[in-house]
Amino acid sequence: MSSMLGADVNVAQNVGFYIVAAIMVFGALRVVSGRNVVHAALWLVVVLGGVAAQYVLAAAEFVAISQVMVYIGAVMVLFLFGIMLTRATIGEESDLNNKNWSIGIPVSLLLAGTLVWVIVDQYRGEVLSSPDEPMSTTAISDVFLREGLVPFLALSFVLLAAAVGAIVLARKD
Amino acid sequence: MYAVNFLILAAVLFSTGVFGVIARRNAVMVLMSIELILNSVNLNLIAFAMMNNSPEGHVFALYVIAVAAAEVGVGLAMVLMIYRNRRSIALDELSVMRG
Repeated sequence: MSSMLGADVNVAQNVGFYIVAAIMVFGALRVVSGRNVVHAALWLVVVLGGVAAQYVLAAAEFVAISQVMVYIGAVMVLFLFGIMLTRATIGEESDLNNKNWSIGIPVSLLLAGTLVWVIVDQYRGEVLSSPDEPMSTTAISDVFLREGLVPFLALSFVLLAAAVGAIVLARKD
Repeated sequence: MYAVNFLILAAVLFSTGVFGVIARRNAVMVLMSIELILNSVNLNLIAFAMMNNSPEGHVFALYVIAVAAAEVGVGLAMVLMIYRNRRSIALDELSVMRG
């Protein structure tokens, strides 16, 4: 065991990572394989919450809070509204998949294999040093308001355009 | 903590999302799979930020979160419009762009 873990590896962090990662992978598989749309949306909440937990483990507190507020708070409510407004049947649906959905299995397995191979080839043995304190919001806002100011303003216009566009598209006229 | 942990988890989530985009017929389910893909990219960005101990990765992740929120809003509005016009959101029946 000690040969597997470098001197810099935090055991508690690793155990937390693997537990959350297992829950996330299981939830993601349920999202793409379930027969019930509402259950898929609720499993997606599990995955997004797991991502937020991984952000906390990676010392990214601000991004974790943003993830919880934006995804679990806002995006999931939008999804549930979208399901409720478009669903014809209640409960399980049999035609959620395409006719030739099984072609997705080799494609995704090939993609996962290639990605894992490349990642392991490049980053094997590289240890992420655990920072003493989480990335401060001050440092993030310094980047946002200096180098990232123009993209930040552009992003606010993107959000404005998306809100106006969504209203125009979904409006009954 | 090893860098490959985060990166492999993100790769698995990404592949799962790609499978969902390919396999699903319901437009809302495809949007959910796209959320999986975007989250896996964010996980990678945070891992690289931790690797370099720099805030830029966090900033990119926040950009991605904001763009994903905009994408879901517009995407679900389009799905609602399609449902209102055609009474169905099965993607393989959408062969014409005309409403």
